[in-house]
Amino acid sequence: MQNTSTFANFKFILLSAACLSVIIMIAACRQENQLTTCDGEGKVQVAKDTTGQALADALMDQWTRDHPDRDWTTEEKQRHELKPPADNSSLLTGGQAEGNTYGQPTERDLLTWTRETEKFVLEGSRIFHSADLLKSTVSVSCDMCHPHGANTHPETYPKFQTQLGRVLLLRDMINWCIDNPVRGERLEPDDRRMRAMEAYIMAQRSGTKMNYGKH
Amino acid sequence: MKPRIKSIETKYMQDRQEFFSGLKNLDRRSFLKVSAAAMGAAAASGLLPGHSFCPVSVAQAAASSNSSESFRFAYISDSHLYEKKINDRFVRALLRAVEDVNNLEPQPDFVFYGGDLAQLGQPKELELGAQILKDVKAPLRMMVGEHDWYLDLGQKWQELFGRPTYSWNHKGIHFVTLNSVVERDFWTKRGLTPMERMMTVAGLDNGMQSPFSVGRQQREWLKDDLAGYSNDAPIIVFSHSPLYKLYKKWNFWTDDAEEVQAILKRFERVVVIHGHTHQILTNRIGNIHFHGLLSTAWPWPYAPEGMPELTVEMNRPDPFNTNDGCGDGQVHVHPDGLVDKIYSLWNRKPITVARDYTASWGTQSIPLKPNRPSY
Ligand SMILES: [Fe+2]
Ligand SMILES: [Fe+2]
Repeated sequence: MQNTSTFANFKFILLSAACLSVIIMIAACRQENQLTTCDGEGKVQVAKDTTGQALADALMDQWTRDHPDRDWTTEEKQRHELKPPADNSSLLTGGQAEGNTYGQPTERDLLTWTRETEKFVLEGSRIFHSADLLKSTVSVSCDMCHPHGANTHPETYPKFQTQLGRVLLLRDMINWCIDNPVRGERLEPDDRRMRAMEAYIMAQRSGTKMNYGKH
Repeated sequence: MKPRIKSIETKYMQDRQEFFSGLKNLDRRSFLKVSAAAMGAAAASGLLPGHSFCPVSVAQAAASSNSSESFRFAYISDSHLYEKKINDRFVRALLRAVEDVNNLEPQPDFVFYGGDLAQLGQPKELELGAQILKDVKAPLRMMVGEHDWYLDLGQKWQELFGRPTYSWNHKGIHFVTLNSVVERDFWTKRGLTPMERMMTVAGLDNGMQSPFSVGRQQREWLKDDLAGYSNDAPIIVFSHSPLYKLYKKWNFWTDDAEEVQAILKRFERVVVIHGHTHQILTNRIGNIHFHGLLSTAWPWPYAPEGMPELTVEMNRPDPFNTNDGCGDGQVHVHPDGLVDKIYSLWNRKPITVARDYTASWGTQSIPLKPNRPSY
């Protein structure tokens, strides 16, 4: 049983190596020396005999040139301070963790959670602070009345909004603001930008008690 | 007959309708007036009082503690104008404020403008502001804000309004105007364009900029300027940012506040009036009494920490009413140099922070408390 599977693996490797060499041979025979970066968009010219690390570097350099805002999360955080997400380091300890996948995240998991969550929230921060991204026709962005998301009180929703005569969620109020002071383009509730802005507003209120219905 | 009880929704809708129909008339009137003014092309500087950076002119004039006359001046602040074709809301708000101060009976001794006339320091924004302010009937005194300054580092503003640092005497009071929005150079090293620099400073919560300060040069000037005055001379200082440390992250803050306060400390009665915070704000440090100015454009939220104990916050603004929480106001100067600070909130009853309130460290003449404080 084990032998069979080892043999199958070996066959697969052989096959892959054969395919790869064919591809390399074809590439080597062609006169063009233009390659495509991993995102499928960037193009890079390399000498025909470039291989290995040099090739990888050339591709990375091109990608870097094509993405000047690649470090936008760091920059956005410097520009507009963000409350950090919750600290989950206590999950790394505890005797019951063994044999329980859900109970046994690694440091790497924690880093991923933080990085991905922050990125999502920072995307919201970027939109919140940009009249252009909000498609404002009057050059108004959310931060002009709500620096650092202040006075957006996401913890008070749902609540009866007197001026509109119905119960609103935070996203309804975001859309009201986009409609009125911002004079931008209303967002669908599941629009990426709406989700990101909700995320930013809630993240900035971290630590505040939920208090729905509060006026 | 018993009055019919209306729900808050009904009252709200009625108020709103009344307000908007009122505003429509007001705007048309003021708009025509300004259009007419625009036809006569004249340099703004001719209609504004000349400012002097030089302390010589004031040395001869006398400020004394025995002034027997009380007087009023009015203020307008933080209009944050865009060009009209980009956004006319803030333009209409400034027109309304000009109309307000022109309708005061009797007229105030002068009108003080508290800074942030423009939103992005554009020459066209500043020119538009200067043109609208030409309609102010009383003499006008100007102060600079960060939004006016950081596109061209004050070039256009000074062309229109003169030096940002100056002093004068009026009815026994010595008045000083400072430029408190001096930032350390954060742009050269980063290679920012003038517009990028302006956009950075224009974001209240943008942490890439540096804190505001008065700076050594102006502090030296201030020392000289005050040198001829005895400790009982009443002093009123204008600064765009509060001359104390409230909340650094929004520059509700002056980095060298303690050093400026040290210069003012020997005087028995000093009043500091500042813009930038767009809200009712009251503080007292020793013999220095601090008051904020309302904005015509939008109210800022209160800072999440560092609030001065003497501040009685204003009610939360209604987001559905673009002018709520905005306004202009007046300052009633008592013979001793302390002031009643009147916040003329549009669509609300005016709120006065009386001389006796700060003079008694908040034990007398306490302003009404908000029933909707900030979250
Ligand atoms: Fe302002
Ligand atoms: Fe300001």
